[in-house]
Amino acid sequence: MVKTSLHDTATRYGAEPGGGAPTKVTITFVDSQGQARAVEGEVGSTVMETARRNDIPEIAAECGGACACATCHVYVDDKWTEKTGKASQMEEDMLDFAFDVKPNSRLCCQITVKPELDGLVVRTPAQQG
Amino acid sequence: MSQAIETDVVIVGAGPAGLFAVFELGLLDIKAHVVDILPRAGGQCSELYPEKPIYDIPGIPICTGQELTDDLLKQIAPFNPTFHFNEMVETLTSIGTSEKPAFRLTTDAGKVFESRVVFIAAGGGSFQPKKPPIPGIEAYEGKSVFYAVRRVEDFRDKNVVIVGGGDSALDWTLNLQPVARKVTLVHRRADFRAAPHSVNAMNELQAAGKIDFKLGQITKVAGVDGELSAATLKGNDGTEEQLPCERLMPFFGLTMKLGPVANWGLNLHENLIPVDTEKFETSHPGIFAVGDINSYPGKLKLILSGFHEGALAAQKAHRYVYPEKKLLFQYTTSSTNLQKKLGVS
Repeated sequence: MVKTSLHDTATRYGAEPGGGAPTKVTITFVDSQGQARAVEGEVGSTVMETARRNDIPEIAAECGGACACATCHVYVDDKWTEKTGKASQMEEDMLDFAFDVKPNSRLCCQITVKPELDGLVVRTPAQQG
Repeated sequence: MSQAIETDVVIVGAGPAGLFAVFELGLLDIKAHVVDILPRAGGQCSELYPEKPIYDIPGIPICTGQELTDDLLKQIAPFNPTFHFNEMVETLTSIGTSEKPAFRLTTDAGKVFESRVVFIAAGGGSFQPKKPPIPGIEAYEGKSVFYAVRRVEDFRDKNVVIVGGGDSALDWTLNLQPVARKVTLVHRRADFRAAPHSVNAMNELQAAGKIDFKLGQITKVAGVDGELSAATLKGNDGTEEQLPCERLMPFFGLTMKLGPVANWGLNLHENLIPVDTEKFETSHPGIFAVGDINSYPGKLKLILSGFHEGALAAQKAHRYVYPEKKLLFQYTTSSTNLQKKLGVS
């Protein structure tokens, strides 16, 4: 029998130990037609998973998050590029398979949701695959 | 129509689910032909992530997509399946009855199969080249826009523009340079994923003025009756430039499209094939669907699910292929009969 501490219980129900950082953030996806959809993202998951869970259009994510297909391409809003960071070498290589790649292009399976990304805005391209 | 290849089962798709189905069917003496649009076995494992680790194959703590594919090929070797690569099954028609099913399948390469049962293990569908969002490009496809080189002669003395930074783009830049009037390579950055020796060779050709390399992307094309005359290059700085272009080859990798499966008269649900969870049979008796392409309540798109599905589907397939034989359930560990089939007894 595993003893469950209060600490574990708190974590399970969504409160961070110490009651500090939030576990949910808001992420806004703006599609190629300009329509914005604000959804809740869970800290620790990825922006791609958040999109899939919320049926966000224009995110194909064919490979399911292995950074192997370039069909979860997004443009990170300029205000957020510093916080999301830059693409890794592997991700840059994969971005070669995306269309209309810009300096703020990312594959959103490679962006982990963090408390400081609360309010993140990304735009999706018209064509992924 | 060419002579039909007669077999017990045609497996559509040579990914892990299709390969392991060869094993489970083979143990039951069901001979397989396997058709795949890709040039090699492995499906998504070898096409999307050959070098990336997989952690959730039971009993194998870690392996790459390629290692799993290689091991599956080794595992099924005793059953000697016949592979038909670079081919897509286009049509599937029933030539039997629901009690005694039989099927005819044709491929885009003109092959005809006649089988007792069919296993669809087509994953996310067929891998097809990604088509860049250049307005009006469809009108040129197959005439002056190509996603693969079928005949080098089509490029002789032409102004060729190749887009991309991987092995396909670099290989064709190098191979077409001596044939074409001029080759211009266009890529979004000065880094290339391609093999270093290809990149070096390309750099040397560029230094010698034998090819052009441009940073940016192709945004527009112009021409008449399917024949290109020019392409617009948008540089990374936003400036536009007209390139003489009679042949355009965009290399943006592959994407999965459901493809002809949609036309086989099977029930589909959101591009997946609903099956039962006892036999993994589709709405049509004798046609089974295993792996990522099927759907049922609780379905998980895991390789291990595809393995399980193939094992169960094979049991029912045996009843169609050998209606007179009673199937005895046996273990490979203890059955000398099965071990003989595996070539280990």
